[in-house]
Amino acid sequence: MAATTTSEEMSAFSDALAVLGAAIAAILGFYVTIYSTDAAMKFHGAVLGVGAVIGAIVVLNSLSSKGGERPYYHDGPIKFAAIAAVFWGIAGFLVGDIIAWQMAFPALNLDLPWTSFGRLRPLHTSAVIFAFGGNALLATSLYVVQRTTKARLFGRWSPWFVVFGYNIFIVIAGTGYVLGITQSKEYAEPEWYADLFLTIVWVYYLIVFGGTLLKRKEPHIYVANWFYLAFILTIAMLHIVNNLTLPVSLTEPKSYILFSGVQDAMTQWWYGHNAVGFFLTAGFLGMMYYFIPKRAERPVYSYRLSIVHFWSLIFLYIWAGPHHLHYTALPDWAQTLGMTFSIMLWMPSWGGMINGLMTLSGAWDKLRTDPVIRMMVVSVAFYGMSTFEGPLMSVKAVNSLSHYTDWTIGHVHSGALGWVGMISFGALYCLFPWLWKRKGLYSIHLVEWHFWISTVGILLYITAMWVSGILQGLMWRAYDELGFLKYSFVETVDAMHIPYIIRAGGGALFVIGALMMAYNLWRTARGDESIDLEDQPRVAAAPEIRATLAPAE
Amino acid sequence: MADNKRVDEVTGVETTGHVWDDDLEELNKPLPKWWLWVMYVSIIWSIGYWILYPAWPLASDYTKGMLGYSQRAVVAEQVAAGKAAQAKFVDAIQKAELSSIPDNPELLSFAIAGGNAAFKENCAPCHGRGAQGFKGYPNLNDDDWIWGGDLAAIKQTITHGIRNADEDSRQSDMPKFGKEELLEKAQINDAAEYVLSLSGSGSDAAAAERGKEVFAENCAACHGEDGKGNPELGAPNLTDSIWLYGGTKQDVVTSINTGRGGVMPAWNTRLSEATIKELAVYVHSLGGGQ
Repeated sequence: MAATTTSEEMSAFSDALAVLGAAIAAILGFYVTIYSTDAAMKFHGAVLGVGAVIGAIVVLNSLSSKGGERPYYHDGPIKFAAIAAVFWGIAGFLVGDIIAWQMAFPALNLDLPWTSFGRLRPLHTSAVIFAFGGNALLATSLYVVQRTTKARLFGRWSPWFVVFGYNIFIVIAGTGYVLGITQSKEYAEPEWYADLFLTIVWVYYLIVFGGTLLKRKEPHIYVANWFYLAFILTIAMLHIVNNLTLPVSLTEPKSYILFSGVQDAMTQWWYGHNAVGFFLTAGFLGMMYYFIPKRAERPVYSYRLSIVHFWSLIFLYIWAGPHHLHYTALPDWAQTLGMTFSIMLWMPSWGGMINGLMTLSGAWDKLRTDPVIRMMVVSVAFYGMSTFEGPLMSVKAVNSLSHYTDWTIGHVHSGALGWVGMISFGALYCLFPWLWKRKGLYSIHLVEWHFWISTVGILLYITAMWVSGILQGLMWRAYDELGFLKYSFVETVDAMHIPYIIRAGGGALFVIGALMMAYNLWRTARGDESIDLEDQPRVAAAPEIRATLAPAE
Repeated sequence: MADNKRVDEVTGVETTGHVWDDDLEELNKPLPKWWLWVMYVSIIWSIGYWILYPAWPLASDYTKGMLGYSQRAVVAEQVAAGKAAQAKFVDAIQKAELSSIPDNPELLSFAIAGGNAAFKENCAPCHGRGAQGFKGYPNLNDDDWIWGGDLAAIKQTITHGIRNADEDSRQSDMPKFGKEELLEKAQINDAAEYVLSLSGSGSDAAAAERGKEVFAENCAACHGEDGKGNPELGAPNLTDSIWLYGGTKQDVVTSINTGRGGVMPAWNTRLSEATIKELAVYVHSLGGGQ
């Protein structure tokens, strides 16, 4: 009896804390709305305030609706993040394709500030990396950590605050770009107040994730969780250091960064490169380490490889940032370290690819029968390709050709569309039936279509960018026999036109594929009868109801 | 928990004995040999690179490497080599009388190559890559020169530009006949018809007839009695069917209404004397040089 009382008291205490937190956020938000001198910042204050009020209402509402057995795992926030990932994914891909068409046809900028390339480009990058990728990581990490520790998420309202607060941050960041608020740091454009809010959310994420690990009921920590934890910890460090700014005033969006000149550039690319390393690589490797063996129903290929490649990846990645600043004011020695550590990073990166691909040993037939597995395996193949291409491009001699060209854009997108996109799609196709307790996806054949359309789109994209990037690099450095530059910049722009159209076409295919996925997942979550259940593997069903299905032959 | 060790039937490899989430296991496979060796090689290669090149920061300095490599030194060398290779010609062009350059085949071909490169980088954004011009930006291939088409006149225009803050820039100021209400609407219409009739493209002979008088009173002072223009004043020839701002009735009416008045920067603030000379020779060579 005593124990029950204590736990009820604990819940009441955390309800009160949640409401208090929401009240403070609402007051801060509305204070900014009233006193800020900047219209966009006023709007952002209102977003925070309204978000906090909604949060408080949800908490208070839950007090009156007590009762009913609560499920063992806390999946509500995961469902929220999974849906958000799909929503932001489509928004981010779409904006990306719009700016791809703008590159081919500049008139599509519409001569309006809000739709100009300069504002939509950070909207695209943040939407796909942080909104789509971030929500996919939130959803999968919170799902995986519970299943592999056999423990319910730590905290009562904290998991909700993490997913809800994260998405409020995204709304503030994204609308800020369109309205012209930016601190002009690539992939770190949001201004100081958005950064501060994200810091709070992120600390809560660490507490929820770490707290769940601490109360685990398994003796060992599964490899996926190592990667997720490395991702959460390192992103916290990168985000805080790269955003050390001094605001002009508390009611103005503008702030000034503490570093200047080449130190600022170096900090920025230490951040930028490790956003790739720890957000887009380590985080998604965590996803890969759970969903591929789960879906393939095979053991992870090599435990030892996972340990060695994890630690070598973590140790080496953090040094590689200077390769973004080859042939700049950055000192020679820093460039050398950036390049050599990138070369040494090649095999540690490939360790993940080997473990991902070889986990399929003994189950290669599933590539043919299960498009979800195929999607994830192709994603690992793209991962392998771009983690080879990365070290290659970090070599100074190669970089002198590739730097500032579309080759870089192509490289990023083979990683982003191929690896991050496809592994997330695969994970989402697994997650939706599992979270909503369905027998399978609404349609596995639609996944097959999604797979092929996306794959063709990605290939069109990256081959177009290889062609245009290498062409661009060669044209920039071409001299005639008298020592004059052979081409003017505008001629190189003109030469990009056709590749730009092909790229935008490939991007459009990728968007179409994502729309198919959204439809498929929506029908799955809604509970519509699957139209091709007989073609889906048993593992497509939610674990709880797998046993009730007919056994596989 | 180590009791869960089992031999995986498919691969014949033992698992580590850890099991998560009911069925997640790991095989106890050794590291792939090739993987390990490539990693060792990349580490050894990196150490070698550190020995040869600048690499590690020290308290107040950094390791310089055995090759004594410095990116700045390499760039300085390459720039110096590039300049040295061109120095002979650049000096000669600098010293040469502008009008004599076309007589020296070696200098001429260097000037045209250099002018071409400079043109594409500096002039093409307005005049087009082929110097074909756009509406408001003259075509430089034809023999219609607003400010004169001999080498000296072209150089003067490039050096000081048109209607800018440079003291010696080309200046002309066509009145805004419509905007400043110097002429009635009907008079402007008539003048436009007359101007169009000069190149045989008018459509209203009666209006053109009336416009002749308007033209004589308001336009002839600069554009000439016959409308053939005057390069001294930068007044374009109106009889040759070459139109800077378009040759439709609407375009001509707008020109009379607003006076137009396009500008061009003075390039002496950005380009060297030799480069401007090269540009003059290049533009002169495009076909219409006088």
